[in-house]
Amino acid sequence: MIANRKVLTEDMLARIEALASRYPTKQALTLPALHVVHDELRHVPLDAVVEIAELLDLAPAEVQDTLTFYQFFYQEKPHGKVRAFVCRSISCALRGGEQVLEHLCEKAGIKPGETTADGHITIEPAECLGACDFAPCMLAGNDLHKDLTPEKADVFLESVGRQDG
Amino acid sequence: MSSFDTFEPVLLEAAGIDDGHTIESYRSRGGYAPLEKLLSEKQPPEVVEMVKSSGLRGRGGAGFMTGLKWTFLPKDHPGPIYLCVNADESEPGTFNNRILMEDDPHQVLEGTIISAYATRASTAYIYLRYEYPKSWDILQKAIDEAYAAGFLGENIKGSGFSLDIYLHRGAAAYICGEETGLIESLEGKRAWPRIKPPFPAIEGVFRKPTVVNNIETMACVAQIARRGVDWFRSIGIPADPNNPRDPGSYGPKLYCLSGHVEKPGCYEAPLGITARELIDRFGGGVWKGRQAKAVIPGGISMGLMTEDELDTPLDFAGPGTVGCLGLGTAAVVVVDETVSIVDFLHNSCRFFAHESCGQCTPCREGTSWSLRMLERIRAGKGRLRDLDLLAEIGDTMGMMPGSTICGLADGAAWPIKNSIAKFRDEFEDYIKQTNPTGYMETDPVPALPIVTTH
Repeated sequence: MIANRKVLTEDMLARIEALASRYPTKQALTLPALHVVHDELRHVPLDAVVEIAELLDLAPAEVQDTLTFYQFFYQEKPHGKVRAFVCRSISCALRGGEQVLEHLCEKAGIKPGETTADGHITIEPAECLGACDFAPCMLAGNDLHKDLTPEKADVFLESVGRQDG
Repeated sequence: MSSFDTFEPVLLEAAGIDDGHTIESYRSRGGYAPLEKLLSEKQPPEVVEMVKSSGLRGRGGAGFMTGLKWTFLPKDHPGPIYLCVNADESEPGTFNNRILMEDDPHQVLEGTIISAYATRASTAYIYLRYEYPKSWDILQKAIDEAYAAGFLGENIKGSGFSLDIYLHRGAAAYICGEETGLIESLEGKRAWPRIKPPFPAIEGVFRKPTVVNNIETMACVAQIARRGVDWFRSIGIPADPNNPRDPGSYGPKLYCLSGHVEKPGCYEAPLGITARELIDRFGGGVWKGRQAKAVIPGGISMGLMTEDELDTPLDFAGPGTVGCLGLGTAAVVVVDETVSIVDFLHNSCRFFAHESCGQCTPCREGTSWSLRMLERIRAGKGRLRDLDLLAEIGDTMGMMPGSTICGLADGAAWPIKNSIAKFRDEFEDYIKQTNPTGYMETDPVPALPIVTTH
């Protein structure tokens, strides 16, 4: 049991523990556990790292080491309600991916990698999203946006702005 | 080599079929029957022999003989043995694994089950990149269907063979596609590739014997079980009889065509189709009626072919004959004549600087300094001397010069080496025009702060 549990909820614990039988070591649950927390909170605060470490019989530094290697995980503050990855790798770049990224950021009033002040959206450059047949593309949440143009990007931004609450 | 006109796609047979991803659809096309037959008639060593004699080479990039890889597992090991299926497809330009997982996941699963049976693995992990949430959902549903139909779990179809398949989600890191990086990541650690030996077959994930195979390789195994070794060997480029070390390039291949073509997409063709045939027959030609300036033969890490080199066959041996690193993932990216080679190389260098895992100094420093130099050249402060420095970085970082643990640095080096060797005039013109007063300088200069990475 975790002493002074602050971040991990019963539900998160149950979801992590449900995966335990899949792996012969507890450490292998590190990435799945980080994902469980990150999916829920949109970041993995340091307290969660300490609690995951305790759950998996690891030093907090071991969990933090893994977390920081994958730049995917936010720590200090959550990413926006929507996290949009705009591909900048070669196939998308050849078909205007960087212009779409610039356009989106300009419209949202942020720089690549930043979150809007209202917390609605984070726009990040991404390396190849594996959808080069639809270049330029963007992954926002679980949705793949294909064959992007500045016009389609505007429609997307408007839809994000409408999702309030 | 079989003619393109009579070639029927098999790996992509489900493309365009409604509900092709369901188990009913897969079984109606003949799927899973080969698995049942094989479980009742063949012992694991016979399955290894079948795959070995088919000549199947790994589809993930390195092109190692799949059956031979399996024979490196220790004999009579008490277990457990693990099978890791590599779905961390991240090589720029590559998306064939995504298509296979989304259009025909049971083909992938049947191949995985057969491969696990052959290697005596009782657990298989599919390491799936974070960026494929749709593949995750479809594959998980297919796994559930396969359990319900008795193709996974305890004592599959009364054979005594048991297998569990688990999906494991990555976290957006290119290096996890390197097989020992994948293993470290699966163990819950940073994905730093391991020094080999020991190879994974001897000591892999959780310190147990492990095989790592690509998703498309699994699909090929399923098709070999269904259609036979002779069918597989009737497709592609046979081994060169004058080169005893050439294992040939057999079977169908999924080519990913993207960039400046009219119809980007994933196309199935016999191994050995040329880049020009691929672009013209499938891709509808270079877009906007333009000419190709350069073509990536198999993902950005393989380097570049020029327009004159487009008749090179895209089999495992072809791209190497024109100075490229190899066939890689067979992701063909077309770059048209309007693109500056400086911009192309900058994009490549930025990718590798971002994705180097930082473990080996030559790669960490080489990728980041090559990016800084490209940034400086693009800012109008390039010097002719920089081209020699870039070429030197290209020649000295990687497994081939022996300075790094894994092949990421070779992949970073090849676009640099090929670009400068094949387009040096354009680089020189660019530098002279953008830095007319300073292009001849040779003194060390400070780097510019990098503005385009984070």
